[in-house]
Amino acid sequence: MTDLVTPLGDEVLSLRAGDRVTLSGTIYTARDEAHLRMMKEGIPFDPKGAAVYHCGPVVKGDRLVVAGPTTSARMNALTGFLIDAGVRVFIGKGGMGPEVVEQLRGRAVYLALTGGCAALAASRLLLSGVYFEDLGMAEAVWVIRADHLPLTVGIDAHGGDLFRAVREKAKTQFHQRFNTM
Amino acid sequence: MMINSADSTLSGALAEATERALVEAELRLPPDVLAVLRRAAATERNEIARQEFTNILENVELARERRVPICQDTGVPVVYITLPPDVPFSASLFTGVREGVRRATAAIPLRPNVVDPLTRENTGDNTGVGVPVVHVAPGDRFTVTVLPKGAGSENVSRIGMLLPSQAAEVPKFVVETVLLAGGRPCPPVILGVGIGGTFDAAAALAKEALLLPVDTMDRDEQEICDAVNALGIGPMGLGGDTTALAVKVKRADCHTASLPVAVNVQCWACRRATVEVRW
Repeated sequence: MTDLVTPLGDEVLSLRAGDRVTLSGTIYTARDEAHLRMMKEGIPFDPKGAAVYHCGPVVKGDRLVVAGPTTSARMNALTGFLIDAGVRVFIGKGGMGPEVVEQLRGRAVYLALTGGCAALAASRLLLSGVYFEDLGMAEAVWVIRADHLPLTVGIDAHGGDLFRAVREKAKTQFHQRFNTM
Repeated sequence: MMINSADSTLSGALAEATERALVEAELRLPPDVLAVLRRAAATERNEIARQEFTNILENVELARERRVPICQDTGVPVVYITLPPDVPFSASLFTGVREGVRRATAAIPLRPNVVDPLTRENTGDNTGVGVPVVHVAPGDRFTVTVLPKGAGSENVSRIGMLLPSQAAEVPKFVVETVLLAGGRPCPPVILGVGIGGTFDAAAALAKEALLLPVDTMDRDEQEICDAVNALGIGPMGLGGDTTALAVKVKRADCHTASLPVAVNVQCWACRRATVEVRW
């Protein structure tokens, strides 16, 4: 088990798909609308060594009520500019497309957080700020302090993709069972 | 405007019951869902999957203790009302449900998820044009059931208009739906399958199947569930023995030239609750 702390550096490069890690420090939430806004107007936080969390939390006042991961694949075409800017870690669920696996190579990793575990995630997270609040609760960029968020390396910086490996095995199994090879 | 007092009582009672049902559904998993989760966690052999189950079960416990929603995608409420003969079928039923959803959204709080489909403008209170979807059926008791449905699993749901000669292909269509979905719907999933009816009725049946108890399956359901689990997609698509917790099937008769099959995918957080309406 590796304990990662932001700002992140080359230590993420030695991680391998399937490794378990925890992450502490500052993370930034971003979903579809936030990505589009950042592409147009620039990244409102320092992206060097940053961690971006695919999450649309429930916030009440200054309190994070729940904050689990959203489906990362929706951000497949919107991720390259963040990696170019120095983001080292993406957190979400379900994995990302082959273009992102290539973009991550030698630069950054994708960490999977158990989908639906919003109460668990919130118990390890503290709200500390917000950008683009006009985008609404789900789509704003929330600045969050994380304390040992439990994660699995889904895609490493060497092209290793746990999701793809599982998908390929599933496909083979399906074709064998239903004789569709 | 004249307000019929019986109507306003009915609407008020339904608002209260809807709010109570939503609070229950969002904060606590039904016992049958918790039972199949625990059973799967105990038999899972994949180490990463075991950790996912640990997280899921800890999350369910934390949500209950802290009285916060189980998942931040608090869904869009799908509502089922059963109506005994002495309760009038009127517009009050619908206004009551809408009011209950609004109150629950502010009180719990729920994430406002309902938007215009094209402009994406958020209505702010989880109601909108045609939302919540309300199904009314006759029954012995006056009850309201809510099924808050998250988008991750809804988005990978599928309907197929199979040929009448393809009855044997139904399991394949269901398993293929899970294969195409991969880790996106937050597996382990529960699959609601609607067989027969019309294009729209099959989809409605598939969703209603998610209301059935998931801790028992008949032979056909078990067979499909085993075939899904053989895929090895596992919790969150990270691999493992458990891809589906249960498969539930509902059927209706259909046109002699049709065989509609709908698969409504539900994430592990199969949130639902029924409350009796008192008025």
